[in-house]
Amino acid sequence: MDTKRHIDDWEISSRLFDEETGEIGADIPPAPPAEEPQDFKHIGARTPRIDGRKIVTGSAPYTQDIKLRGMLIGKILRSPHAKAEIVSVDLSGAKSLKGIKAVLQLAEGKVDFAGQQVAAVAAVDENTAEEALRLIRVEYKPLPFVVQEGRAMADDAPQVYDDRPNVQPYRDYKRGDVEAGFKQADVVLERTYKTSVEIHHPAETHSSIAKWEGDRLTVWDSTQAVHSVRNALASALQMPFSRVKVIKQYMGGGFGSKLALSNQTVVAAKLARISGHPVKIILSRKDNSLCVGNRPSTVQKMKGGVKKDGTITALTLVNHTSGGLRRGDSCSIPFMEVYRCENCTVDDITVYMNTGASRPTRAPGHTQGTFGYDGFMDELAAAIDMDPLEFRRKNYTENNLGGTGIPYSSKGLNQCYDLGAEAIGWERRNRRPGEGSGKIRRGLGMATQIWGGAGVPGTLADLMIYPDGSVEIKCGTQDIGCGTRTHMAVVAAEALGLDPRDITVKLGDSDYPYAPISGGSLTTPSVAPAVRDAALKAAEALKRIAAQKLEVPAESLVLADGKVFDPDNQEKTIAYSELFQGQERPRRETVFHGERKGLPPGYAYNSFGAHFVEVEVDTETGRIRVLKVVAAHEVGRIINRQTAESQVVGGVTQGISATLFEQRIIDGTIGSLVNPNLRDYKIATSLDVPEIIPIFVDMVDPRINILGTKGLGEPPRIPISAAIGNAVYNAIGVPIREIPMTPDRVLSAWNQKEVG
Amino acid sequence: MEKNTVSKPRRQVSRRNFLKGFGGGALGAAVAPRLWTQESDTLRTDSGDVPVFTTKQVTFSLNGRSVTLVVEPRDTLLDVLRERFNLTGAKKICDRGECGGCTVLMDGRPIYACMYPAVRAQGANITTIEGLAIKDNLHPVQQAFIEKDGYQCGFCTPGFIMTSAAFLSQNQEPTRAEIQAALSGNLCRCGNYVKIFEAVESAAKKIRGA
Repeated sequence: MDTKRHIDDWEISSRLFDEETGEIGADIPPAPPAEEPQDFKHIGARTPRIDGRKIVTGSAPYTQDIKLRGMLIGKILRSPHAKAEIVSVDLSGAKSLKGIKAVLQLAEGKVDFAGQQVAAVAAVDENTAEEALRLIRVEYKPLPFVVQEGRAMADDAPQVYDDRPNVQPYRDYKRGDVEAGFKQADVVLERTYKTSVEIHHPAETHSSIAKWEGDRLTVWDSTQAVHSVRNALASALQMPFSRVKVIKQYMGGGFGSKLALSNQTVVAAKLARISGHPVKIILSRKDNSLCVGNRPSTVQKMKGGVKKDGTITALTLVNHTSGGLRRGDSCSIPFMEVYRCENCTVDDITVYMNTGASRPTRAPGHTQGTFGYDGFMDELAAAIDMDPLEFRRKNYTENNLGGTGIPYSSKGLNQCYDLGAEAIGWERRNRRPGEGSGKIRRGLGMATQIWGGAGVPGTLADLMIYPDGSVEIKCGTQDIGCGTRTHMAVVAAEALGLDPRDITVKLGDSDYPYAPISGGSLTTPSVAPAVRDAALKAAEALKRIAAQKLEVPAESLVLADGKVFDPDNQEKTIAYSELFQGQERPRRETVFHGERKGLPPGYAYNSFGAHFVEVEVDTETGRIRVLKVVAAHEVGRIINRQTAESQVVGGVTQGISATLFEQRIIDGTIGSLVNPNLRDYKIATSLDVPEIIPIFVDMVDPRINILGTKGLGEPPRIPISAAIGNAVYNAIGVPIREIPMTPDRVLSAWNQKEVG
Repeated sequence: MEKNTVSKPRRQVSRRNFLKGFGGGALGAAVAPRLWTQESDTLRTDSGDVPVFTTKQVTFSLNGRSVTLVVEPRDTLLDVLRERFNLTGAKKICDRGECGGCTVLMDGRPIYACMYPAVRAQGANITTIEGLAIKDNLHPVQQAFIEKDGYQCGFCTPGFIMTSAAFLSQNQEPTRAEIQAALSGNLCRCGNYVKIFEAVESAAKKIRGA
C-alpha cells in the first residue's frame, strides 16, 4: 500500500499503476514464499563492487565525461525574475555569432520563477555558447511574486497560478473520533514543527547528451530512470517510444532530483535536431540550486492526547508544505502509521510560491514528517514523565495504520530498539530532559523509521548463458551509487555457483528489460528477485542438460566453480563451457527470463528502523556536535553487507547535514536565491561526521519476494533528524522544533528556557 | 577586484572568465611580461592597464609525459585536462573551488584544477587520477577505496583519492582527526565520509607495511 502511494506520488508510468483498480501490478501473480534463510555464499556477505576499479581509476564514464564526434555544447538562458511578463526576446545577436549552430526560444508570455528557461543555444564550444547567451536580449516586465511560505498564505499575496489559490489541500485522512480521544487524555499538547527547503545537490549536476540518427534518438542522460525518461521524452517529442533509447551507465548522485524527465534533456534533443549534431548540456551548480527540484518545506501543527500510562488517545496533524510551483510533501504517512492510536486525522495542504518546482528528495515527506511527529512523541513522553523508548514500546503495533489496519508481513522494529539501545548505552541518558549541568551538555535521543520499499512487481531481468558457458545478466535498472551492478552479480553468482566477478552485468539502458525508477528504495527488492528468478531457471536448465550428458539424475547435481557435478561421484563433472558444445546442440546462447512477482494481498509491506544518537550542545555558542549515531534497520534479507553499510552511513550523514546546516535562502524582496553554491549552501564535511554504527536485524520477510528483501535507500535518511532533535532536547531540556538547528535557533530556545 | 571598472575590450570578457584567467589579478601584473608573449589587447582597470594575451604555449609534465600545448589565459587546468587530454577523472562539480572534485597533484601537492589557470602549469609535474596506478598495480589508496567501499556514486572519488594519496605521502600514521582535517577540502554528497576514513586508514597500513 505504501509502495503504491509513493509511486502514485512520483507520477511514474502507467505501466505500474492501474488507474481502474488502484493496484500496482494487479495482473502479476503473487510471489512464492521467500526462501528460508540458507547458507548463501555471496548473498549477505561483504562483496566489493565489481566496478570499483573503474571508479578508483577515474575511467568510469559519467554522462559529463562522454564526448561524441562533432558534438556541440548547449547552454540555457534563465529568467532572473521570480515572475515577469516577457515583452520581447531578441535572438539575432546569438544567431549571428560565429560558431553558433542552433538557437531556440523556450518561453513566451510569462516566467513563473527565477531560473525558468527562456532560450537555449548550441555552439562549437562552451565559451562560444556562453558568449551567445550574453547576446540574447530579453525584455521583461516584472510582476508581483511571492517566494516565502508565510507570505504566500496571506490573503493579499500575489497569486502564483491564475486558476487556483496559493493554498490548496491535497491529501487528508481520518479514522476514529479525535474529539472523543482528546477527552480521554490526561495530557493534551499542541506543538508546531518546521523544516526548511533543502536542495539535492548531487555531485554530478544534471546533464544530457542527445544524438539523432535519422528518426532515431539516443540520449545519454544523468537519470535515475532510463525507462520512464525514455517514455516521457518520446511523448514530449511526439515520437514512438521505440525510436528513443536512454543510456545511463554511471551517475554522480541524484537523491530524487533525477527521477523525472528534465528540461535540459528535451532541450538537448531539440538543439541536436536543429543543428544536425550531437549536443551536450551540463547544468551549472547554480542551475542545480534553482530548477531541478528541492525538498519542500513544512510547517506541521500537531495535537496529541496521552493517558498517564502512555496510551495515545488521539493525534491530529495539519501540515502546510511548499514545493514552490509544484505541490509540497505529505507528512502524513509516518504520523498515521507508526504508533498505536485509534483516533487520528491528517491534513496536508500545499502552499504554492514562485520558486522552482519540488522533486522527490530521499524519503520525501517521511523525512520531514518523522522530524515532526517523533520529536512530538518525546514531548508527550516527557509530559507524562515516561522514558521515550518505553513510551514507543508501549505504543508498538503489529498492524498498520496505528494498529487499526492489516498486519505487517514482517516487522523487526523491536529488535532495532533492543540492539540500538544496547549499542548506544541508552541507560546513560538524562532521566529528565536537561537535568545535566555546565556549559557543555550531553544528551541521548532516539527515533523510529518506517518506509515502504517493497519493490515493483513486474520487474524483469534476462540472464544469458553464452555457448562458452559465460554468463550475462541484463536489466533496465540503474546503478545510482548504491551498488546495483554488484547486487545483480551477487544474486546471479549465488544461484549459478560462480564468483560475482565472473558475471557480466548490463544495466542503465532503456533497451534492456523493464525495471522501475531507482528511487523510493525500490531497486534492490525489484531487481534482485527478478535476477534470482532468472538465475534459478538457468541453474535448473544447466542441471538438466548436464544430467543428460553425465547420465545421472538432475536432482543429484550441484553447481559450483563454473561446473555441474555430482557430489557423491566426482567423476561426474562437466564445466559450463562444455555443456553447450557438441553436434547435438546448436552453438547459440540461451536466455532465461526472470520476473519479480506480485505482493500477496492482505499484508502491509514496510521496512523499519531506529536511530540512537548522542550529542553535545554548547549552551554558550549554540553549536550542536553529533558524537555518535547507532542506526539499526530491519530491511529483510541483506544482499551485500558492504554496500548496505554505505547506504546507512550515507543516509545518516545526509541527515546530519540537513538537521544542522542545510537551507535554501531566498531574498523575499528581490526573489532570487542567496546561496546557489556549495559554499553558502552548507553541507556536511569530513569534520562534521561522528562515529556511525550500522546495525542490521537479519530477518527474511516471508512473503515480500523470493529473497525476502526490502529496500534500504530511504530508511537511514528518515529518523536521524528527529533522533538528533530528541538528543538535543535530552541534553538541554528544551526542544528545537525547527531544522536546520542552527546556533541562533539553539541559543534562542535556550535563552527562553533560562528566562523561564 | 569586483570594484574594478573595466573599459570595454574588443573581445568580450565575462567577469567569471576574467577572474579565472587572471587568477585573481596579481598574476597578471607579476608575470605577464615574461610568460605571455602572444598578441595582446589592453584592459584598463583602476590599478592601471593590464595586457590581455589571447594565447600562450605551455609545457608541463602530465602523468610522467611531457606535453606542450597552446592555451588561452581563461582556460582552467581542469578544462584543459578534460577537454584537451580527455582525462575526465577529475570532475567539475562546483566549478569554483568549493568541493575538491577536480583535485589533481601539482608537484605532489593537491590543487583545485578548476581554479588553476592552465598557463600557470608551465614546468610543473601534474598527476591526475589516471596516472596514479602504475600500469595494472593500483595505488594503495585506490585499492583501499575498493576494499572498504570508500565511495557511493563515485563522482567525488577521484578527488578524494588524490587528496588522500598526497596526504599519506606526508603522513603514514595518521590519526582519525588528522584524516578528517586533511579531507576537509573535499565534499562527498552521498555522505560516505566514514567509509572514506576507513579506506584511508587501511591505505596507510598498506603503505607502512610495504
